[in-house]
Amino acid sequence: MPDATVVHDEVVMADGAKMTARDVDVFYGEKQAVDKVSIDVDSHYVTAFIGPSGCGKSTFLRCFNRMNDTIDIARVGGRIELDGKDIYDPKMDVVQLRARVGMVFQKPNPFPKSIYENIAYGPRIHGLASAKADMDEIVERSLTRAGLWNEVKDRLDESGTAMSGGQQQRLCIARAIAVDPEVILMDEPCSALDPIATARIEELIDDLRGNYAIVIVTHNMQQAARVSQRTAFFHLGNLVEYGGTEAIFTNPRADRTRDYITGRFG
Amino acid sequence: MSQSGTRKLDWQSKEMQARVRRRYVRERRFRRVGLGAVIIAASFLAFLLFTITSNGIGGFRRAELALDLNYDPAILGIQASDSSEEAAATAVSRADFRPLLASAAQAQLGDSSLVSEGAWLAVRDQVVEDPSLIGTTQRVWVVGAPNMDILAKGQVDFDLAPDRRGVSTATVAAYRTLREEGRIRLAFNSGFLTQADSTNSELAGIWGALIGSILTMAITLGISFPLGVMTAVYLEEYAPKNKLTDIIEVSINNLAAVPSIIFGLLGLAVFLNTFGMQRSAPVVGGLTLALMTLPVIVISSRVALKSVPPSIRDAALGIGASRLQVILHHLIPVALPGILTGTIIGLSRALGETAPLLLIGMRAFVSDVPEGVTEPATVLPVQIFLWSDEVGRGFVEKTSAAIMVLLTVLLSMNAVAIYLRNKFERRW
Ligand SMILES: Nc1ncnc2c1ncn2[C@@H]1O[C@H](COP(=O)(O)OP(=O)(O)OP(=O)(O)O)[C@@H](O)[C@H]1O
Ligand SMILES: [Mg+2]
Repeated sequence: MPDATVVHDEVVMADGAKMTARDVDVFYGEKQAVDKVSIDVDSHYVTAFIGPSGCGKSTFLRCFNRMNDTIDIARVGGRIELDGKDIYDPKMDVVQLRARVGMVFQKPNPFPKSIYENIAYGPRIHGLASAKADMDEIVERSLTRAGLWNEVKDRLDESGTAMSGGQQQRLCIARAIAVDPEVILMDEPCSALDPIATARIEELIDDLRGNYAIVIVTHNMQQAARVSQRTAFFHLGNLVEYGGTEAIFTNPRADRTRDYITGRFG
Repeated sequence: MSQSGTRKLDWQSKEMQARVRRRYVRERRFRRVGLGAVIIAASFLAFLLFTITSNGIGGFRRAELALDLNYDPAILGIQASDSSEEAAATAVSRADFRPLLASAAQAQLGDSSLVSEGAWLAVRDQVVEDPSLIGTTQRVWVVGAPNMDILAKGQVDFDLAPDRRGVSTATVAAYRTLREEGRIRLAFNSGFLTQADSTNSELAGIWGALIGSILTMAITLGISFPLGVMTAVYLEEYAPKNKLTDIIEVSINNLAAVPSIIFGLLGLAVFLNTFGMQRSAPVVGGLTLALMTLPVIVISSRVALKSVPPSIRDAALGIGASRLQVILHHLIPVALPGILTGTIIGLSRALGETAPLLLIGMRAFVSDVPEGVTEPATVLPVQIFLWSDEVGRGFVEKTSAAIMVLLTVLLSMNAVAIYLRNKFERRW
C-alpha cells in the first residue's frame, strides 16, 4: 500500500538546507514506526508535521536531535544531516547536537528550579557566559523573545514550576533559545494550553521564524495553517505528502491527505 | 442501559437507599478498624516507653556519701621533696588513694564497704586537677556502694524476711544513721554519661559505648552512602538491561533480606581472619554494618531515582546536558530526599544491630572510652545486651537507662532525616 511520497514542486528537495533527512527508518524493536521518510528543514520557513495519532510524527521529530537514543529499543536508519554533516556519525557529539537542535516538549517541563536558573542552565553548561552580567543579559533576552520578560522580571527567583501552564511552556521555549540553537523542534507545544496562551505561542513562533529552522508537530489543522509555510502529512509511518502549507490544505494531491484534511479519518 | 426517554434507573428507590446505607456502614467500620489498629500500636509503644523510662530513670542518679577526707601526703605516699610541679603531678597520679578512703570510711561511717570500690578514682582525679588540696581536709561526696544505692532509691522490700532482702540488717542500720546525719544523698549520676563500662554497676557508664556507636556509624555511613548511591546511579542510568544486570538486581534485593548475623560471619571471615584487623574495633564493626546497610541504600536510591519524572530528564537532555550533568544537576537533587530517607532507615537499623557485632568480637569488656576507630570499643546495643546479662541489681536500671540513650540517639537521627528531607524536598 505505501505509495511514494507526493512532493510538491515548490518544496523540491535539494541538499543545502539546514537539516536534511533522507530515507529515515525508525524501529521500536521489531515494529517499524517510521518508514523511509525524506524531508528538508530550513530557517526561512516553519515546517508542520500533521497526521493521525500514532503515525510516527513524534518519533520522526526526535530523530533530529537524537532523543531516540535514550530509548533502548529504538533503532534509526537512513541519513540525517545538519549543515551537511551526518548527525548519526559516531564522531558527532550528541551534547553539542542537542544544543544546536533544541526541543520543546508537549508537556511543559521546566526544571524544579528558579525561573532564572531555568534559562541560565543551558548557557552555563555550554560555557556561553562567563560573567554574571553576560548571563543576566542572556536571561533577559531569552525571556523577552519568548514574550515572558514583563510577566516574570520581578520574580526571577520564584520556582519555574509555580507558573501557569502557558507561562511554563513559554519558559521552556525561552530555555531552548537561550543556548542560541539553529533548529527548534516543537512537539505539540500547545496541546496543554488554552486558546490565548496558544495564540501567544503561535505569535512567538512567527517571530522566531527566519532566525531558527522550526519544526512543529500539531494535531490542530488551523494551527498548522496559521504558523507553517510547509506541511508534511504522515500516515502509518509514511510521509504521504509534503508541500507548501496552502497547497496541502486547499489542494491536496494524495487521497489519504484529502481524507484526513476533510476529516474523514484521524 | 436506559433507552431514549424512559429512565429505568431510580436512584431514590428503597434498594438504592439501602445500598447507600450499607456503603456508609462499611466505610465507618473500616475507619474504626484502622483507628483501633493505630490505638493498639500507640499503646504498645507507650507501655514500652513507660516501662523503660520508669526502670531506667534511676540509672541517671546514684547514692553519694559525705566523707571528711584528710589528704595526708604521708598516707598517700607523696614526698614533700617533689618540688617541681610536674613531679608533684606524677606523684599524685601514682599515689594510692584507696587506703585514704578506706580509713576515712571506717572511721566516720563505721564500715569501709559502704563506699564504692571505685570511689577513689574520682577523688584522685579531683586532686590531680587541684594539687593544692594535699595537706588539707575537705568534705567530699564519694560514690556509695551498690547497697547504698538501692537503699537510697527505696528498692529494698522491707516486707520480706531480713535474710531475703538482699541487704544485711547492719547495712540498713548504717544507712539509717547516715540519713539522719545528712551524709547520704541521691545525686545526678554524671559518671553514667562520661565513663565507659565497669564491673561495678555504680561506676558503669554509657559514654564509651556511645562513642563506639558514633565511630562505627561514621564508618558505616562513610562507606555505604557513597557506594550505595554510586551503585544505584550506575544501575539506573548506565547499566545495559541484560541477564547480568538482572542477576545483580536480584542479588541486591536478596541481600537486603539476609539475616544480619550472616553479615557478622562474613565480617569475621573477611576482616578479622583474612585481613587480620583488630577485633572489636569500630572500623571492623562499621565495615560489617556497611555491608548490611548497602543494599538498603541501593534499593531506596534506585526507587528515588526511578521516581524522578522523565520529563525532567528529557528537558535536561534536550538542552544538551551530558549524562553526568543530568545525573548530578537534576536526578540526584530531585531524588535526594528519597535517598536520605533510605540511608537513615538503613543506619537506624545498623545502629540497633547487635548480632553481627557480637561475632566480630565487640562483646569484649571495654573500660576505656575509645579514642579512634581502631581501638577496642563496644556499641550501645551490645552494651545493653551485656548489661542485661549481668546479675548485679544495679545493672537492671543501667540496662533501661542505656536503652533510653539508644532511643534518644535514634530519635535524633530520625529528626535529622526529617529536617534534611524537608529542606531538600522540592515541589513541582
Ligand atoms: N518508546 C516507544 N516504544 C515502543 N513503541 C513506541 C514508543 N514510542 C512510540 N512508539 C510507537 O511508535 C508509533 C509512533 O508513535 P509516535 O509517538 O511517533 O506517534 P505520533 O504520531 O507522535 O502520535 P501522537 O500524535 O499521538 O503523538 C506508535 O505506534 C507507537 O506505539
Ligand atoms: Mg506525538
